[in-house]
Amino acid sequence: MFAVLRIALRALRRNILRSFLTMLGIIVGIAAVIVGVSMGTGAKAEVDKQIAGMGQNLLVVMSGNMARGGVRGGFGAAPNISPADYEALRREIPGVVAVSPEVRANAQIAAGNQNSFVQVSGVSSDYASVRSWQFRSGANFTEGDVRNANKVCLIGTTTAKTLFGEGVDPVGQIVRIKNAPFTIMGWLAPKGVNSFGQDQDDIVIMPYTSAMKRLSGDTMFRSLSVQAEGPAIIADVQTNIYELLRQRHKIQPGRDDDFMVRNQQEMSDFFNANNRIMTILIGFFAGISLVVGGIGIMNIMLVSVTERTREIGIRLAVGARGRDVLKQFLTEAVLLSIAGGGMGIATGFWLAPLLTKYFQFPTLISNDSVIMAFTVSAVIGIVFGFFPALKAARLDPIDALRFE
Amino acid sequence: MSVPVIQLEDFRKTYITGEVEVKAVRGVSLSIQPGEFVAIMGASGSGKSTMMNTLGCLDRPTSGKFLLDGVNVGELNRDELADLRNRKIGFVFQGFNLLARTSAVENVELPMLYSRPPIPAAEQRQRAMESLALVGLAKRYDHTPSQLSGGQQQRVAIARGLVNRPKLLLADEPTGNLDSRTSIEIMGIFQELNDKGITIVMVTHELDIARYCRRVVVMRDGLVRSDELVKDRFLASEELAKLDAEQKAVQLT
Repeated sequence: MFAVLRIALRALRRNILRSFLTMLGIIVGIAAVIVGVSMGTGAKAEVDKQIAGMGQNLLVVMSGNMARGGVRGGFGAAPNISPADYEALRREIPGVVAVSPEVRANAQIAAGNQNSFVQVSGVSSDYASVRSWQFRSGANFTEGDVRNANKVCLIGTTTAKTLFGEGVDPVGQIVRIKNAPFTIMGWLAPKGVNSFGQDQDDIVIMPYTSAMKRLSGDTMFRSLSVQAEGPAIIADVQTNIYELLRQRHKIQPGRDDDFMVRNQQEMSDFFNANNRIMTILIGFFAGISLVVGGIGIMNIMLVSVTERTREIGIRLAVGARGRDVLKQFLTEAVLLSIAGGGMGIATGFWLAPLLTKYFQFPTLISNDSVIMAFTVSAVIGIVFGFFPALKAARLDPIDALRFE
Repeated sequence: MSVPVIQLEDFRKTYITGEVEVKAVRGVSLSIQPGEFVAIMGASGSGKSTMMNTLGCLDRPTSGKFLLDGVNVGELNRDELADLRNRKIGFVFQGFNLLARTSAVENVELPMLYSRPPIPAAEQRQRAMESLALVGLAKRYDHTPSQLSGGQQQRVAIARGLVNRPKLLLADEPTGNLDSRTSIEIMGIFQELNDKGITIVMVTHELDIARYCRRVVVMRDGLVRSDELVKDRFLASEELAKLDAEQKAVQLT
């Protein structure tokens, strides 16, 4: 085996430039696989991080149903979850630790001579814990604030910076939202930009009662965030919410829901669907270039067999079996493709971070993709090297010796 | 009597190229004993190349029997033929047929790469060096063919042919690519090897080269026309001495 490897290496070294050019196809293909898969994996990791960052054991109840009537209405649907639904959910479903409704409004916010256009979320006092918001300073508003629709709010890092400047603690300051004065009770720790490029810290959070009464005039919630006691009961809680809301919304059996309940896994799957398509597409094109690379190897190996007909004849004459010759040429082909695969992987490792650096595209090279790429390159060598090797092994020793 | 190295009984070989049948050998019976040194002579088309290919186990008879050291070659498949070549035959070709850009000692090791059971690398090297020493090339073991003269290349080829201790050393026009002086030197090596008991069969069309052998078989049209012992045999050492004397004379006058 060792001798076979040595002979193959020597044959490849003899034509170093040709060997490299032959490998180029494989290098490009494998690098494309590595980078492509790393983009898919990176995007998925990013999404998963966002969704995990939303909170723990979280379920989200949304108005409307994306699947209904084939129209993907989804987030645009009119809010149809009533305050009574919210109260019922809170009272009747076991295993729920915290619930918060959410209404949204966009509003002008001003402090001193600074002003900004900001997204206002109206929520309950549970929201901060459900969605894992931390406080840089100050504290959450209370249930009493919610009951009385008090003019208090929490402010995100970005909004605070716009209004008060970098690093200035805004707690206790008054801001005017739609000309009503709100007292800032808490300064939220930053969460960063989400995977849609949206700044999650450009936000103002206030009691939903205040938001509905003073800002939007809505009477329905667009969504509810529900925190379950633990991972084990999420499925049960999800089922119970379905049943409760179908009953309350008087949906006949067999009719579609007018709401959705999604757990974090489902949200992750939903947002990752596009990533998967992208990964498959890149994989497809990388696969094509690998096939082209493989054909390149086959081509060169065929040339090599012809060039070395006499050598093959000598080997056969002194007692090499067809199998020995086959092994020798197959080893050369596999060596070529594996070396190409190795260089391709190295190129991928070099290219992926550049993609992140210059195009802000999240990339993550998984061990699986490296192992897969390596295996694929070995398989290519075997598949495309087999025909030329077989051709060599089947040569007649007399003809091969006479070959000029 | 010991087992003949070669025993041919009514050996025939017919090639079919397209529609035409070519009867290259048309019934040859021949026996060669261990320790013989035989030249097979003939013009082109006489069937001597076909004889060579068959004796070398590169090809099988169309009909008739060929026993190599008691083994019936006609019954063997491709792989078995390869193994037989590996163990029992050493080849020396007209065009040397060494692997380019490969050192002399590695060329000599080549047949051992395919030996079954495998020979350890250290033993391969040792045997290759011994074989090179036998042809007087031990010092140039690391030279590649392009760094060696034609005569030296042919000696490497002979060393390669001997390295697996074959029953038969088979040479196909071994002096065809060499000048007359080097030819005599190579024949000298063959004579030395034959004196040590190695069986040699050689194909040639040169009469004076055949006179270094002990027995000459002449072929024509696929049949053996004559088969006799060489009477006034050339000895390489004497011929070389004569050649030296002649060259000296030419320079003196």
